Amino acid sequence: MSTSPKNTQSFNEHYNFAYLDEQTKRMIRRAILKGIAIPGYQVPFASREMPMPYGWGTGGVQLTAAVIGDKDILKVIDQGSDDTTNAVALRDFFKQTTGVSTTTSTKEATLIQTRHRIPEAPLNGDQVLIYQVPIPEPLRFLEPRETETRKMHALEEYGLMHVKLYEDIAHFGHISTTYAYPVMVNSRYVMDPSPIPKFDNPKMHQMPALQLFGAGREKRIYAIPPYTDVVSLDFEDHPFTPQEFSEPCALCAAENVYLDEVILDDKGSRMFVCSDSDYCEGRRAQGHKGHMAADPVHSNELSEA
Amino acid sequence: MEPLDNNRDLPLLRASQTTKYYGARIGCKDVSFEVYPGEVLAIVGESGSGKSTLLNCLSTRLAPTTGTVEYRGRDGVMRNLYEMSEAERRTLMRTDWGYVHQHPSDGLRMSVSAGANVGERLMAVGNRHYANIRSTATDWLERVEIDCDRIDDQPRAFSGGMRQRLQIARNLVTAPRLVFMDEPTGGLDVSVQARLLDLLRSLVADLGLAVIIVTHDLAVARLLSHRTLVMRHGNVIEHGLTDQVLDDPQQSYTQLLVSSILQP
Amino acid sequence: MQTKICVADLGKSFTMHLRGAMEIPVIENVSFSVAAGECAILGGPSGSGKSSIIKMLYGNYRCHQGQILITDEDKIINIATASPREIIKLREKTIGYVSQFLRAIPRVPAINLVAEPLIAQGANEKQALEKASELLSRLNLPDHLWQLPPATFSGGEQQRVNIARGFIAHFPILLLDEPTASLDAKNSQVLIDLVNEKKKQGVAMLGILHDLETRERIADRTIDVTQFQTRTNA
Repeated sequence: MSTSPKNTQSFNEHYNFAYLDEQTKRMIRRAILKGIAIPGYQVPFASREMPMPYGWGTGGVQLTAAVIGDKDILKVIDQGSDDTTNAVALRDFFKQTTGVSTTTSTKEATLIQTRHRIPEAPLNGDQVLIYQVPIPEPLRFLEPRETETRKMHALEEYGLMHVKLYEDIAHFGHISTTYAYPVMVNSRYVMDPSPIPKFDNPKMHQMPALQLFGAGREKRIYAIPPYTDVVSLDFEDHPFTPQEFSEPCALCAAENVYLDEVILDDKGSRMFVCSDSDYCEGRRAQGHKGHMAADPVHSNELSEA
Repeated sequence: MEPLDNNRDLPLLRASQTTKYYGARIGCKDVSFEVYPGEVLAIVGESGSGKSTLLNCLSTRLAPTTGTVEYRGRDGVMRNLYEMSEAERRTLMRTDWGYVHQHPSDGLRMSVSAGANVGERLMAVGNRHYANIRSTATDWLERVEIDCDRIDDQPRAFSGGMRQRLQIARNLVTAPRLVFMDEPTGGLDVSVQARLLDLLRSLVADLGLAVIIVTHDLAVARLLSHRTLVMRHGNVIEHGLTDQVLDDPQQSYTQLLVSSILQP
Repeated sequence: MQTKICVADLGKSFTMHLRGAMEIPVIENVSFSVAAGECAILGGPSGSGKSSIIKMLYGNYRCHQGQILITDEDKIINIATASPREIIKLREKTIGYVSQFLRAIPRVPAINLVAEPLIAQGANEKQALEKASELLSRLNLPDHLWQLPPATFSGGEQQRVNIARGFIAHFPILLLDEPTASLDAKNSQVLIDLVNEKKKQGVAMLGILHDLETRERIADRTIDVTQFQTRTNA
């Protein structure tokens, strides 16, 4: 992760390596170190204006810019996919401003910036996962005062978090929160895991990779160091359960993965496919075949491989 | 939550020369008294007399300029409230104490259901069993005469009287020993007021609560309290048994207050 | 017989601040005592201070001169200097009070109002309610009224609720402030029986009774209050 101001390929001469100046990167790295030292604690930082609107991942981009080095291999995903607008735009941004190599392969990447998903393939200790966070404060919707929520974190007053879960059960008979499902980090801080599906929550627990969270508009950074306990909040009689899918991926037949619903026509036909596009392609390349996979293409791919 | 301190002959709360200045202006001055377990103390006076300032000083919401406020914890130890850590004070506020605001919207979460409003304190002290929390909440709604099928409704949909009763249930669910009340019947219709007063009276007696109630309504003081402090210009000008203060007032101001009551 | 009440050099005056701090003296140098099992009646015209004496004994009026000594089990307590907490305790266990007017509480049924002092002394609710209904029947209060709050009752009905409430629990000292004011002959007789029962239990009673006939039948002694009147007042 050592940075180098040296250009490699298409580095834009007008900007410093990774767009931000070195002092700003150091400021952000200090915030990251503090975040790692206090797992789950929201560290305020002097978020910069980035050349993209808030909501496009300015927090994640600043984290990536602060930790990326010229030997890194970057992967950017949006909702699990490498080829949506947001992912393509951010990948290009870093390609231009750093010249690092990029990849869509989860295994190859050393740095993964993500919006709303954790890749299906397990991450290792040499990787860093960077989340884009819209609203870092899990208590926000119940207690709008920032002074009060900070005090509640400081004093570990987390009863309010369960009030939200109570309301879910009272109104829907079960905990209906399906994304941004609150977690307790290292038995101390309640944390918003960003709007990932609760399906991904268990992956955060004892993850070998470092997890960093950045909220640009809200100017907060927080972190989960490798191998940290991350427990989803629940009630004794309504335990946390990740989403389950009744059918496997229509393309690669994968089970126990997070699926997206794809509408096929206006007659109501639909299919469920892996949200993690790299994972799905990898499985198909290995010969796994779902019930709706297009055969000729499939066989072509196989023969090419 | 087993009370260790069962000694009802020791004061629960003690104010000693409690004084609050707002700059040069007096909020309340040299107020000293004790409240015992199970005792209801009324603080009466007109608006601006310092009764709300005093209540805030007693309930850790406003640090006094000089003087002390001490509270006997469940462990039987008397502690100066303003020498406790903020964490300890806040724990006290949501377990051993209650605070009933004049406006229910100040004491309730208006956008979460009645059940969650009552259950919040239980969850705050670590209760993590949904069904138990809900059945306790149901019991409490019943005790404050709110129909159980309103448990999932938000207090926005409740009348003023129901909101106030919900606020009371929310406070009493952790079996507090001391409850502060700031004009709890203010702004309610007379008939609604009567119902609330009766409910308060029986809850206070059944639970053996100590209450410090601020009111400008002497009838409320007469019905609920054992003892009364009369405040004027920040000073306690008269105190004693409630019926004694009201039937045989000594101070000129108290006589004026008593003689100003409308008799229906 | 043990002396239950001992009043010595008691005085009372009112300062009317709203009338330019006018001082209204009522009584002075009041001294008398009442023994267990005795019923003493304060005599004298209205305005002579009888009611003030009763109210001072109950701690309802303050007293600035003299002493009011009460025997509470093996202790002697001076009401004139007792703390509010002590007076509350005395009212719970030692001194009962039957007043002329009933202070009704919104929504509380008559029978619960009657049972309350007994429950406060630690009786269980069921027994207290049984005893309350027994007393209300003795006082001929129609049973369809028992479950209603007495605020809307007639004067005589309220008075009977009040008497039942005053007599239900055992107090070693009982103060009677015009208990027969609105009673008919039949119910006055019930009151006389109740007083006699209390005498047998050794209760010391001090009262005000304008009804001469009843007074004659229950008073062991009359204390003339006019002798205590201040000269300015007399």
